[in-house]
Amino acid sequence: MEKAPLLEMRNIKKDFNGNQVLSDINITLREGEVIGLCGENGAGKSTLMKILFGADVIRETGGYGGDILINNEKVSFQSPFDAIAAGIGMVHQEFSLIPGFKATENILLNRESKKKSILSDLFSDRLDTLDRNEMNRIAQEAIQQMGVNIDKDMVINDMPVGHKQFTEIARELSKKQLKILILDEPTAVLTEKEAEALLDSIRGMSKRGIAVIFITHRLGEILSVCDRVVTMRDGYVVNETPASETSIPEITSWMVGRDVADTGSSYVTEDIGKDKRTILSIKKLWVDMPGETVRNVNLDVREGEILGIGGLAGQGKLGIPKGIMGLCNAGGEINFDGQDIPLNDPRKCLDASFAFVAEDRRNVGLLLDESLEWNVSFPAMQVQDKYLKKYFGGLIKWRDDEAIKKVTAKYIDELKVKCTSTKQKARELSGGNQQKICLAKAFALNPKLLFVSEPTRGIDVGAKALVLDALKKLNKEQGVTIVMVSSELEELRQTCDRIAIVSGGKVSGILPAGEKLEKFGELMLMNC
Amino acid sequence: MKNKSIGDYLRRFSVPLMFVIICLICAPISGLSPNYLINEIVTRIGRNAFLILSLLIPIMAGMGLNFSMTLGAMAGEIGLILVSDWQIVGIPGMILAMIVSIPISTLLGLFCGKVLNMAKGREMITSYIISFFINGIYQLVVLYLMGPVIPIVHSTIKLPRGYGIRNTVSLLSMRQHLDNLIPLNIMGVKIPVATFIVIFLLCLVIIWFRKTKLGQDMRAVGQDMDVSRDAGIDVERTRIISMILSTVFAGIGMIIYLQNMGNIATYSSHSQIGMFCIAALLVGGASVDKASIGNVFLGIILFHTMFIVAPKAGTVITGDSMIGEYFRVFVSYAVITVALIMYETNKRKNKSKAGMQLALDQEQEEANG
Amino acid sequence: MNEQKLTLKDLIKSKAQEFGLPRLIITGFLLLLLVLSPIVGADLPTQISNIINRFSWNGILVLAMVPMIHSGCGLNFGLPLGIISGLLGATLSIEFGFEGPVSFIMAALLATPFALVLGSVYGWLLNKIKGGEMMIATYVGFSSVSMMCMMWLLLPYHSPNMVWGMAGKGLRTTISLEGYYTQALASFLQINIGNLTIPTGALLFFALLAFGMWAFLHTKTGTAMTAVGSNPDFARSAGINVDKIRMISVVMSTWLAAIGILVYEQGFGFVQLYMAPFYMALPAVSAILIGGATVNKASIMNVVIGTILFQGIVTMTPTVMNNMIHLDMSEVIRIIVSNGMILYALTRKTEGTR
Repeated sequence: MEKAPLLEMRNIKKDFNGNQVLSDINITLREGEVIGLCGENGAGKSTLMKILFGADVIRETGGYGGDILINNEKVSFQSPFDAIAAGIGMVHQEFSLIPGFKATENILLNRESKKKSILSDLFSDRLDTLDRNEMNRIAQEAIQQMGVNIDKDMVINDMPVGHKQFTEIARELSKKQLKILILDEPTAVLTEKEAEALLDSIRGMSKRGIAVIFITHRLGEILSVCDRVVTMRDGYVVNETPASETSIPEITSWMVGRDVADTGSSYVTEDIGKDKRTILSIKKLWVDMPGETVRNVNLDVREGEILGIGGLAGQGKLGIPKGIMGLCNAGGEINFDGQDIPLNDPRKCLDASFAFVAEDRRNVGLLLDESLEWNVSFPAMQVQDKYLKKYFGGLIKWRDDEAIKKVTAKYIDELKVKCTSTKQKARELSGGNQQKICLAKAFALNPKLLFVSEPTRGIDVGAKALVLDALKKLNKEQGVTIVMVSSELEELRQTCDRIAIVSGGKVSGILPAGEKLEKFGELMLMNC
Repeated sequence: MKNKSIGDYLRRFSVPLMFVIICLICAPISGLSPNYLINEIVTRIGRNAFLILSLLIPIMAGMGLNFSMTLGAMAGEIGLILVSDWQIVGIPGMILAMIVSIPISTLLGLFCGKVLNMAKGREMITSYIISFFINGIYQLVVLYLMGPVIPIVHSTIKLPRGYGIRNTVSLLSMRQHLDNLIPLNIMGVKIPVATFIVIFLLCLVIIWFRKTKLGQDMRAVGQDMDVSRDAGIDVERTRIISMILSTVFAGIGMIIYLQNMGNIATYSSHSQIGMFCIAALLVGGASVDKASIGNVFLGIILFHTMFIVAPKAGTVITGDSMIGEYFRVFVSYAVITVALIMYETNKRKNKSKAGMQLALDQEQEEANG
Repeated sequence: MNEQKLTLKDLIKSKAQEFGLPRLIITGFLLLLLVLSPIVGADLPTQISNIINRFSWNGILVLAMVPMIHSGCGLNFGLPLGIISGLLGATLSIEFGFEGPVSFIMAALLATPFALVLGSVYGWLLNKIKGGEMMIATYVGFSSVSMMCMMWLLLPYHSPNMVWGMAGKGLRTTISLEGYYTQALASFLQINIGNLTIPTGALLFFALLAFGMWAFLHTKTGTAMTAVGSNPDFARSAGINVDKIRMISVVMSTWLAAIGILVYEQGFGFVQLYMAPFYMALPAVSAILIGGATVNKASIMNVVIGTILFQGIVTMTPTVMNNMIHLDMSEVIRIIVSNGMILYALTRKTEGTR
């Protein structure tokens, strides 16, 4: 008879405020087994890992359904520390390292080897002195186990980014109780050589009996190192296959594939706008947006179309509008309607009648502590001198609160914003209504070209449809060219004429919205 | 990845260098004899070093310059006032004063740490205001409660009205008792050996402390609170402990300072002490997030040389004695201002550096592709 | 009178409930003092005219806090910089031999260029160190005050009314404004009813500037300033030059501080030099906080209420306390209340940015 699996997840369910993000997840993991977990962003991978790792956010949002069993015993982690004690280690995408510490100090952070002293007996064990020799020994051992050589005495700040990643892995390996290691896109920051070394290291861990859950968008890596591939989509496990029996195209189609029947919507299937003239041309654009770097993007936008920009998170799609609008440091050439637009100057873009609805509503999109009136009217007032009464030949530009109220009421009505009055603070609205206010703000500018980033992120279904309809209406009735950035491919396909896919900071291809899903999937993973 | 050029070093040591130059110019003009100068500086090292050393721990814990070290100074003063009323003299008096001051310092440090935990990211301005706030409480205690509530017997330290403490409390009974405990005189320079031993011991304690688990935790918390919290370090508690330690050391330091001065200016001794200590530390080449024991001693020597020679030099040059007085006050504030500005601009430079690196990468890539 | 006090009380009460416990306590304390003062034998009209007078001296200094709070630069601990500009204007006006009320106007005019230049430099600096404004502002204020200490001695002033008699050079620490602009504003349309004196001119002048500030905040630029303070990223994405707006706010604040100190002097009757401007920022900061402002939100109403409350406590405590228990604890209370208030504001989690 086979030994009981090391880890068993049974019927895991999770919802955020009624929004089902995981349904009936069953995954088992044996000692020394390596499974690859793949799926689009939002498929539920990270939520699942958070549940396994006992993250605080899960408990704060009402816990999860189903059982997690380790060695056939039911566990319920109250915090990540419980998970660590039970032998689970996780390497996050963001580094969790102290920048001024050496690798050794980071590997053993808060688990330092100590020597007793008289004072520590008197007061507390925090007065033990550190046993540097022992610490160096343990760190060296962990580094050796990993099989990738990094300098244990190097300060994190001086390390190349790949070594930081290895330091994190070594930290997990140095934990004696480690049985399961979760690696969340560890190769994203590594060079090809380093990634190869990491894969070797994973094989080594597996030989020593450590089970690994490997999350990555680089499917080639999954095939070369994993025993099994688990594919998730929309909160379900859609497929589970031994890695030896599948291929990259197959996995891609599982990742993006949906039953066409159940959407029932019409797509633009052909490139219908070839004859339209180019209104915006982007050449050699690079944008320094942390986590969304854009490299060397060339893209033409046609007059009157809705262009979608899709791709996986972190590949740079969000950086494109941010860079063009001057909100992130950028370089390259932008030409709009025959006119060169200088970069890094938001005002120039607004003067050229661009408008932008940013993805982070709360940081860039809204004045949370001001009234809706201010939020809607502010850019139009500042850029186009709307809603102002002018005295003394324009010397004094007095805010026209009446006009502001009128225009706000108009948009509240048009976009069906739920609020108590136009004077309500933006902070008090729900996410969907905040998003509508962001749209109203952009509409008030009467733009010729509108950038929208993640217009439906974090809002409910009803608001989603309304927002997308409003965009379509604006495009159709006023001929406004729209560039829409979204992680949800399906949403792009239903709204846009063409979709450009960004991968590895570059445009990997442009397809008509109705093109086959596999084609999009291929483009998404092309430069990852 | 290391690219520390000469320019970087020059910038780091620009403040000490500037002071060396000021001292080198002013010292001959002032006409003070080298012997006098050395004597003064040795005295001032003994007087101030302990106080300045107390600033090191909060810097280590990432809480910046501890402007609320005055809290410890006040606790030390209360200890001394009580001990002089009890008429315990000499070294035992000092030790008792320290024992009295420690619980008070601990409480004040605890309060300060808790408040600063509520004001993360603006510790310095907050600790600065705390020092004013507690000064109000101190005055309330010393001016009104000492007498009716806290028994004060001797009329020599009580105000004539029957309660409250006089503006000056004489410490004649313990004046320089520690300094003179082990007398040593080398070529006309009086060396307060015992005081130096105490200071040396504190240095050892700080060096040892850096090697402890708690010290390691403090360094971690100082660099990144979130990462430390994720690793299971109790960030809030660690920060509070660092404030308590700093306040307690400042209290003991104040007692050493005052035994050298020989009297307490009850309502003003502590008010300037924080500023002068911080200025001295910064002059020694420390910054808001980095300071060492070496900075302390270099700082005392340079800052106090300037302090001694500037008024004299000012008098010689302008014929007005006040100019030099104001000059040294100005320099103290200017040093702190410059250090704060450099700290903030550096923080921003580090951020934009990351951006520049990316742009550079892209250019390279563009050149290659 | 009685009725007016009641509505004022109601107003304050509702405000205080909005603003939390510390302000409630302070308001209650002031009301207690007002009630107690006739009982312990202090003359109420005198007390009230005292408060009104002190309000007219200090109001504009508190008003100077508003623009920088609005633009997100935080509390202007660098107020002494503006005060120095005012002092330069005052001393120059006397040096040039202007007398009477004209000397006030000239002082204001002469102070303006200094305020604009110093304010621009200060604003430029604060734009370099976004996020650390308050601490650096404090020390910029200190440095400039101690710098000016040397300047007051060295600058070639000659007016016999200002320099030390014996040396014939170097300005005195206190300069009497008798014959210059003492009470220049206050005596304009002054109202005297028994023991009650109302410095109408000074109040009108404050009202004028306060109205100016209110009006400014309703213009396009003023709106932009509030938005910059509320969310600088939003403002930037709406095409606002954030640094420029912040610069304008700093210059405004510095200029208001310069005018504010002149008004203070005309009420007080003396120009105080050297270390006097050193701690002038703290009372103004705590006054506006007591009035209900936070580190990044302030209104004209906060200024008015805050100044009345703060000055009320400062003037009432000594008299009432002295009459009651023959114990003057006013200084200590002032220190604890004003700094406690600032501490309270600093430890609040500020909404929105920072």
